Amino acid sequence: MKKYTFTDKKDTRSGFGAGMTELGRTNPDVVVLCADLVGSLKIDTFIKENPERFFQMGIAEANMMGVAAGLTIGGKIPFATTFANFGSSRVYDQIRQSIAYSDKNVKVAVSHAGLTLGEDGATHQILEDLAMMRSLPNMTVINPCDFNQTKAATIAAANFDGPVYLRFGRPVVPVFTDPDQKFEIGKAWMVNEGKDVTIIATGHLVWEAIQAGEILEAQGIDAEIINIHTIKPLDTKAILKSVAKTKCVVTCEEHQKNGGLGDAVAQTLAQNLLAPQEYVAVNDSFGESGTPAQLMEKYGLNAASIVEKALKAIQRKI
Amino acid sequence: MTTQNLQAVASQVRRDIVRQVHGCQSGHPGGSLGCTDLIVALYFQIMKINNRKGKGGFLSFNMDGTNEDLFFLSNGHISPVFYSVLARRGYFDVKELSTFRKINSRLQGHPTTHEHLPGIRIASGSLGQGLSVAIGAALAKKLNSDKSLVFCLMGDGEQQEGQVWEAAQAAPHHKVDNLIAFVDLNGQQIDGPTEKVMNNRDLKAKYKAFGWNVIEIKKGNDMEEVVKGLRKAKRLTGKGQPIMVMLTTEMGAGVDFMMGSHKWHGVAPNDEQLAAALAQLPETLGDY
Repeated sequence: MKKYTFTDKKDTRSGFGAGMTELGRTNPDVVVLCADLVGSLKIDTFIKENPERFFQMGIAEANMMGVAAGLTIGGKIPFATTFANFGSSRVYDQIRQSIAYSDKNVKVAVSHAGLTLGEDGATHQILEDLAMMRSLPNMTVINPCDFNQTKAATIAAANFDGPVYLRFGRPVVPVFTDPDQKFEIGKAWMVNEGKDVTIIATGHLVWEAIQAGEILEAQGIDAEIINIHTIKPLDTKAILKSVAKTKCVVTCEEHQKNGGLGDAVAQTLAQNLLAPQEYVAVNDSFGESGTPAQLMEKYGLNAASIVEKALKAIQRKI
Repeated sequence: MTTQNLQAVASQVRRDIVRQVHGCQSGHPGGSLGCTDLIVALYFQIMKINNRKGKGGFLSFNMDGTNEDLFFLSNGHISPVFYSVLARRGYFDVKELSTFRKINSRLQGHPTTHEHLPGIRIASGSLGQGLSVAIGAALAKKLNSDKSLVFCLMGDGEQQEGQVWEAAQAAPHHKVDNLIAFVDLNGQQIDGPTEKVMNNRDLKAKYKAFGWNVIEIKKGNDMEEVVKGLRKAKRLTGKGQPIMVMLTTEMGAGVDFMMGSHKWHGVAPNDEQLAAALAQLPETLGDY
């Protein structure tokens, strides 16, 4: 098992903020909109350095999405920022008509996705956004895993022409990816090569998958770990190549079992390759208040759960 | 253009509207006819449009519309008037109007950029979204030091959508004074008179309270009044406030039996009704 270590823990939203700071300095077309969550989105530096390119939109997300769409007409690259809940389910029709169907170069960049939002509870813990966004034609969906990857993804999103849903989170998590990484939209990252089981993870679950890989290694199991940061377009080639080798797969995501990364992988397998799949995902329920760690444990989104599902998947091999 | 010439264009556009809707037995003639005078006045008299011709001798269309005035139709269901005006203005062949709402057409039921029809800059139809888009486009113009204007038309029934009021508070807050918006006050919506379906009450007072500079065009189907009102609206731009024009129109204007009720909001005329409508509308530029 390839060794991954971390010296620092940071929130992925700060990776977004760092990406925006860099874009503010390098790309004059980039503009930012926010619905009263500037501090949470870590965009203070961008605003300080580029006040004329920032638009405070107040607690009015529907309007923000439309204004962002309009700003593209005139060549701007708007980042519409808020919490994931308010940047997806609350404004689905605005994103659908004014951004995706109209094919506008808007980046919907959202923080506090999933259970790790924590204490605010289920009203704010969106677990359905990947399903909604990946079902939209024209939409690219990205869910990076740590500070460095989020920063790189933010810059890649700005350089990509078309609507993007960029999803990140609130808590501090290990920083373990390369700070100078090349982020290619739609391209899987091979975290660890193995032969017994494929573990496909996105977002905060990637670090958990690495931990799970180490536990499995101690049991003599050689896990292949793949990071899918781009949920759509999905790197089906990388997935099929791996599962053809390992003959089973576990998908890991901070999202509902219905409609997310796991279902995207299942769709790929169903059409191409017969192999058992296990899901590490929230099983058709809402979240609740608690610390991020407590919630991830209670809802089975951690290394222990990945190990359990990996063993099950291996048992089920055809 | 003289008022008379603009009226002649409007007459042809009205013919196009009823013929398009008749051709596919679907679509929204009432609001289209009511807003004909406004949209003709905008595209043939008021708006600064790039007249450079491109492929096939049609106007060359550029999505960004740099140094051009832009128009956004928020109430997208009145697409027949939008399509006719765009075609008559030279964006595409008027013959294409015969494809309205038919399979494989660029003239979708509601306007869309998806089929790349020249002149369309946003999809609309799901109501309440156009004003937000127009604000964004106006802000982009400001960032680009582009002095041209942005226009946006909404329906009065559409004022019942919450997003309209999110946009209504944002435009004055951000001093979007290069924006002229319209509410088409025809008093009708699908289920009946607007005041019965969901009373908008005093829209003029509402927009004033939200910080708009509000003016009225009381005779929205009188070309001279429309042009006069639009000139006034233009004079009010650049003074720190967005402009809202309360435009009173008659749904179905120009076709007597389509006027005065919501009945023709989304109903197509049959052959006999088409003939009766066309008899009231002189063919001025040649039917498609």
